[in-house]
Amino acid sequence: MKFSVTVTLKKDVLDPQGKVVQNTLLNMGMNNLKSIRQGKHFEIDVEETDFLTAEKKVDEMCKKLLCNLIIEDYKINKI
Amino acid sequence: MKSSVIVFPGSNCDRDIAVALEKMQFKNQMVWHKETKLPKSDLIVVPGGFSYGDYLRSGAIAGKSLIIDEVIKSAKSGCLVLGICNGFQILTETGLLKGTLLRNKNLKFINRDIYIKVLNNSSKFTNKYKKEQILKLNIAHNEGNYFTDSSHLEKLKKENLIAFKYCDEKGNINEYSNPNGSLDNIAGIFNDKKNILGMMPHPERMIDEIISNKDGVNLFSSLLN
Repeated sequence: MKFSVTVTLKKDVLDPQGKVVQNTLLNMGMNNLKSIRQGKHFEIDVEETDFLTAEKKVDEMCKKLLCNLIIEDYKINKI
Repeated sequence: MKSSVIVFPGSNCDRDIAVALEKMQFKNQMVWHKETKLPKSDLIVVPGGFSYGDYLRSGAIAGKSLIIDEVIKSAKSGCLVLGICNGFQILTETGLLKGTLLRNKNLKFINRDIYIKVLNNSSKFTNKYKKEQILKLNIAHNEGNYFTDSSHLEKLKKENLIAFKYCDEKGNINEYSNPNGSLDNIAGIFNDKKNILGMMPHPERMIDEIISNKDGVNLFSSLLN
């Protein structure tokens, strides 16, 4: 079963890389751009047929390693 | 006094810290990260460098290595633990020190001499320094921007757990003397019991007048005190 995980910095944590990307896009004339937050993307294949068990496993991976909960949030999606 | 330096793939200040420790008469051993037992140690040093190429987050992979379980056990039973630069990042990833080190505010790798002020000189690590003494040390990092939540910051201040703050040559602590955007100019912190110190500047680089200065020496002589 395949999942994607997106890790992004929490709202109130400064994201300097996102800011630079945002400024560059604005300089390129993308005037309707409101904001950009940069993050990380993982594609995870779990050997499991039960959705809930697999999702739980991925959640554990996020909490234990993929995400630093002090500064980052994560979203799990099935793909 | 016996010390152990933990070595990860990508550590690059492990030799420097070993030289510093031996110069100060520590009996030092290097410990590879795959070991599952630590030699009997009074001090454990997690050195600087780029463990695992900073993959995922600085210190994240090293923070899950085999030897780290032993470091955590020893730290919890009161052993002294010093994390320098990447070592500080690793200690935050293990949870032994709270908070985290974000990317430098200016997005640049910074390698230069800076000044820090000793805020707490009543710890095992800093007792040979004078209170508010200004030290000239070197920093070399990409993620040194200390961040923590507001309640932990309050606790750090209230319980005197901030070891060092970035300042200028005259000791002024402000945004101009803050090289990396660290919260409150924080350069180094203790855990609650003050047996663990994490710091971004490198004291082991400042132990010899010929190549630098000797501002780092007292950190090691404090430990022997």
